[in-house]
Amino acid sequence: MRHFVRSRTMLGVATLSVAALALAGCAADDGAGDTATDVVADTDTDTAMAAGCEAFADYMGNEGETVEIYTTIIEPESTLFQESFVEFEDCTGITIEWNGDQAFEEQIAVRVAGGTAPDLAIFPQPGLLKSFAADMVPASAAVASSVDSNYTADWKNYGTVDGTFYAAPLGANVKSFVWYSPKTFADNGWSIPTTWDAMLTLSDEIAASDYAGTAWCAGIESGAATGWAATDWMEDLMLRFQDAATYDSWVDHSMPFNDPKVAEVISEAGKILKNADYVGNVSAIATTSFSAGGAGVVDGSCAMHRQASFLGGILVGDYGATVVSPEDTDVESGISTFYFPGVSADSTPALGGGEFVGAFSDAPAVEAVQLYLTSPDWNNAKAALGGWFSANLGLDTANVADPVNAVAVEILQNASTFRFDASDLMPGEVGAGSFWTEMTAWIAEDKADQAVLDAIEATWPAS
Amino acid sequence: MRNTLWETIAPNLTLLVISLAAFAAVIYALFLIGSRASVKWQGWLRYGVFLGPALLLLLVGLIYPALRTLWMSFMDKSSENFIGFDNYIWAFSIPEIQIVLRNTMLWVIFVPLLSTLIGLAIAYMTDRMKRAGIVKSLIFMPMAISFVGASVIWNFVYNFEPSENKPEIGLLNAINRGLGLEPQNFLLTPPWNTFFLIIVLVWIQTGFAMVILSAAMKNVPDEVVEAAMLDGASNWRRFTRVTLPMIRGTVVVVLTTITIGTLKVFDIVRTMTGGNFQTNVIANEMYAQSFRQLNYGQGSTLAVILFIGVVPIIWYNVRQLRLERTER
Repeated sequence: MRHFVRSRTMLGVATLSVAALALAGCAADDGAGDTATDVVADTDTDTAMAAGCEAFADYMGNEGETVEIYTTIIEPESTLFQESFVEFEDCTGITIEWNGDQAFEEQIAVRVAGGTAPDLAIFPQPGLLKSFAADMVPASAAVASSVDSNYTADWKNYGTVDGTFYAAPLGANVKSFVWYSPKTFADNGWSIPTTWDAMLTLSDEIAASDYAGTAWCAGIESGAATGWAATDWMEDLMLRFQDAATYDSWVDHSMPFNDPKVAEVISEAGKILKNADYVGNVSAIATTSFSAGGAGVVDGSCAMHRQASFLGGILVGDYGATVVSPEDTDVESGISTFYFPGVSADSTPALGGGEFVGAFSDAPAVEAVQLYLTSPDWNNAKAALGGWFSANLGLDTANVADPVNAVAVEILQNASTFRFDASDLMPGEVGAGSFWTEMTAWIAEDKADQAVLDAIEATWPAS
Repeated sequence: MRNTLWETIAPNLTLLVISLAAFAAVIYALFLIGSRASVKWQGWLRYGVFLGPALLLLLVGLIYPALRTLWMSFMDKSSENFIGFDNYIWAFSIPEIQIVLRNTMLWVIFVPLLSTLIGLAIAYMTDRMKRAGIVKSLIFMPMAISFVGASVIWNFVYNFEPSENKPEIGLLNAINRGLGLEPQNFLLTPPWNTFFLIIVLVWIQTGFAMVILSAAMKNVPDEVVEAAMLDGASNWRRFTRVTLPMIRGTVVVVLTTITIGTLKVFDIVRTMTGGNFQTNVIANEMYAQSFRQLNYGQGSTLAVILFIGVVPIIWYNVRQLRLERTER
């Protein structure tokens, strides 16, 4: 269910951005009242003070043009986007018209078919982008070379359809996170594991110690979408125990879902998720909501929890957690993240998602905007406004105020491989159907590994 | 770029005025034609004016979608190619769907029976009771709660806390713990979890059954009951031999109404388990197939199966009503 996945991410981003705004306000410490207005005021003065527009030389010559960006991103996040464009608009004379629409996925097809395609569209996932390749304008050489130098090849690849590069990456999110409490770790003398085996050893150590909680907690209940959290485990481990090419053939079904390679991965996932010594009551994971699953890290009833970056917003908002940096080991109910380790310390694949900007019009002003969005300048300016990050290699982590997002940017920039959430790329029957329900049965009914994989394979659509 | 209040209202207000004017114009035209037409034509016009809109809406809102669903059930997932009975073979062959059909059976058998029985018992017991209103209102109250609301409430009743160090917030498990019993994860173990979901619908529907049956009992003439009393019939005999036969028609209506409602059960399963843990039912799977996996063929097939399941019940209901009418 793609809508669901996105809105869930959005919720997290929204909450995170609020938290980040608050953090930014604290850091600035300028004594003025409302933090949100502070940020706006700062940007305005920057614009006014900008002595010249030298930085925008590449985008000049399109005065008076209007470029429409059609996107799923709406209030409140869209406000920060519009803020980040102010300087660009003042200097280049291009007006950016931000058109946020939650019905983007259906409406983009209507608009393209009806001949009113937007100038630029921000696609929330590569699968959707592919179906519009015939109507899109391939990215210009300037955009392509900017993406080449500012992003890893994996990201460019997700904007490429049949060998032609169309859409440049925009924002990103990362799923390969283990949430933990720096204070709990420091109090018990545990250190952050850097390999999968070290993580299992640490889990054994925690289970054997007199620590009151469990080593892990998990929750996969999510109403009609129950099970997605377990598919994330599979995807993360697929990237670690198999290579990226195997991951891709798993996604496009050139390798069957019940292949022995997948079986190896699900048994590795079972080493934690179905190990009662680590998680306590295994079947209860299926009736624990994904948000409540992480709450154990905050109240100390478990040591580790694997979940994407958006969880921070939920734990802060609903469970009284404080997001801290890994060095802050004295904050009660402070939470932080470490990288979900690979099989070896130098294998660092990352699982996540992101948006892609494709053009439906080949006007120079449109190209200028598309190019500007790939520039480190814009990415740094946007990240500095809070609650957002991208995979841009020029993004300076110092500009990312939220400590979790800063870790996410590091993970992205150091990732040996980056892959998109597989269930978002698989056909709906599997990615929003049997993959969820069978992983749920795997945990709730203790269904055997092979039976789960066989059942998912049986639902893969024929064509 | 926020619109002012007036800018938002103005187009809607204009539209409202235009549509009101158009409506008035149509009515005026009809009266004008009616007053000038011959008597014979006036009769036809009457049918047209009063039946026409209803028929048109029925056609657009019921008959066309039904036929289209039937047609789509013979097509592939995107409704492009004809694939014959493949979807029906799918529906009756894969094990997951067999669980779905089995669960739907359980629902259809237990919900109408239990709610009607309990409703009947309460209706009879409160029939001659002082201040029956309070009891009845309390039992009827769940009817006023939406299915989703009821599911959320019952989710808390069944809630299970895996960690022993945390307080139990589930009502039943708190009782379990208080009595020193092992807490249960009620929604997890098939097939009992289906029965725990069934209890929710029984809780909602009992009030409905009670109110209708209670009204029917009020219609049983006091003379008949008193005559039975004088003849020395026990309370139980009076109920089974006098009251029950006299409200038989109502019992059938209540049973069939609840059965049809139960066949469509969707909200409770979707909210409480999402169809997991082998609690899935047809309506939930139909929704999942059509709107989550965008397989319109298989979704429509399940809708048709559901429809075929409802038909005999409606047929029985209609026949029963006709019989009653001829008896009078």
